[in-house]
Amino acid sequence: MRHYLNSTVANLPPSGIRKFFDLVATMEGIISLGVGEPDFVTPWTVRESGIFSLEQGQTMYTSNAGLLELRQELTQHLAKTQGMLYNPETEILVTVGASEAVDLAMRALLSPGDIVLVPDPSYVSYGPCAILAGAGVRYVPTRADQDFRLRVEDLQRVYSPEAKLLVLSYPNNPTGAIMTREDLLPIAQFAAEHDLLILSDEIYSDLTYQGTHTAFAALPGMRDRTLHLSGFSKSYAMTGWRIGYAAGQSDLIQAMTRIHQYTILCAPITAQVAAIEALRAAEQAKREMVETYDHRRRLMVHGLREMGLSCFEPLGAFYVFPDITATRLSAEDFAEQLLREEKVAVVPGTAFGPSGEGHVRCSYAYSTEQLEEALERISRFVKRRL
Amino acid sequence: MLSEPDRRLLKLLEQDCRLTPQELSIQTGLSVEHITTRIHEWEKEKVIVQYRPLINWDRTGDEKVSALIDVKVLPQRGFGFDKIARRLQKFAEIKAVYLISGGYDLSLLIEGRTMQEVALFVAEKLAPLEHIQSTATHFVLRRYKQDGVELTGGDETPQRLMVSP
Repeated sequence: MRHYLNSTVANLPPSGIRKFFDLVATMEGIISLGVGEPDFVTPWTVRESGIFSLEQGQTMYTSNAGLLELRQELTQHLAKTQGMLYNPETEILVTVGASEAVDLAMRALLSPGDIVLVPDPSYVSYGPCAILAGAGVRYVPTRADQDFRLRVEDLQRVYSPEAKLLVLSYPNNPTGAIMTREDLLPIAQFAAEHDLLILSDEIYSDLTYQGTHTAFAALPGMRDRTLHLSGFSKSYAMTGWRIGYAAGQSDLIQAMTRIHQYTILCAPITAQVAAIEALRAAEQAKREMVETYDHRRRLMVHGLREMGLSCFEPLGAFYVFPDITATRLSAEDFAEQLLREEKVAVVPGTAFGPSGEGHVRCSYAYSTEQLEEALERISRFVKRRL
Repeated sequence: MLSEPDRRLLKLLEQDCRLTPQELSIQTGLSVEHITTRIHEWEKEKVIVQYRPLINWDRTGDEKVSALIDVKVLPQRGFGFDKIARRLQKFAEIKAVYLISGGYDLSLLIEGRTMQEVALFVAEKLAPLEHIQSTATHFVLRRYKQDGVELTGGDETPQRLMVSP
């Protein structure tokens, strides 16, 4: 069958995480720190509104762009939290997770010959989506000694005039790095000077543990250059509902809506109704989850440093990204040997790009008890290697 | 006013009072000295009243009956409901006393070994008290949630993938 496949798809390498997933699946008694989703269940008030909508018989399609009521809530939310103004009729698109929005944006914007700049390491789907859209990808290495922030110097090193789109994804998966307003301003200036568009995936924005999150589109002059992506998965523990959104200049949103209309039609109505409730009534539940993540974050960083690993302080998302080079193992060997010897699953940093070498991603979306047990096991493993 | 870090500290203790100042320090980023001092102050000011586990007696097989009793009271001049409430709270059988709005004035939580024991307590000790006009006894048949903790059917263990991006 293989020779029938589309050549781009056939040549697309499988996600580095997939290989590891298969290995973990064969083993038992694993404590996994490998999961990129909250351990909380969606707040009850949100679940309940989804159930109620089903009881009411809300089982139809919605408009392509999503329920207007949800788009209105979203514009109010963006105005209130970031001072960003969007027209709910033309500048918001509700998608099946922010992931769909990444794909739509790439397909709506890119043509063969275009280049997308993607910080490395970062979430696994930006590069492949760009390639599927017919464009090329250039990864922009970021470094642990810079707390994995993206700097203009890093961009300059890989920039070429074919570059059309820059992906930003902060707070970052897998590193937990954030970019403050001061960090973002020079990037904005660089984007304006080089006429770069920005795809800013801010799915983890609510999980910021120091200061407040700055949306890239809220920076002076960046609104119409930026596609702002976010969703409900991480903030409201709603991964399985698959509900995200894009906000941006109306030409782009309309183009994305056209693709969405032909391929998806609309996001599931139950999830859309639940998302409205999340925005209206789950603020307190969200705050409590964020507080709990923050406690676990400190626990993880402390535990990893105690065992002699160097670990920069992640200020966002729910990952720590310790440096494991002291063990003289590669990221992949570390993860595999740790799994076999101590039955703890972490994800090799290289699954998120070559700059993830020397690091592993540990998620702290787990209970304190699980984290403490995992830390103990990792500590035993590391002691044998140091 | 309670500062934000102190509020968090109290909440952590409320969830698990076994956490040591060292553990609390790791999780909050506050110094061990600060935490120790604050806890001391809170104990003195009776902000922290007691440290104790939440026990689901239903699971022990130990017979125990509780009832919520609504009480109508004739308020006393100069004392309102305080005098009678203070008198009621002395009874070991009465585990909680609340002043409430609505059709009744006080709400009590009573515990005993059998229904009869509770009923007798109400009939012999409570109802005859001066100023008490009437009582309504509601026996607790099942405890689903207490102090914000689900005791039954709340074991939602979401099945997540072992590894996901």
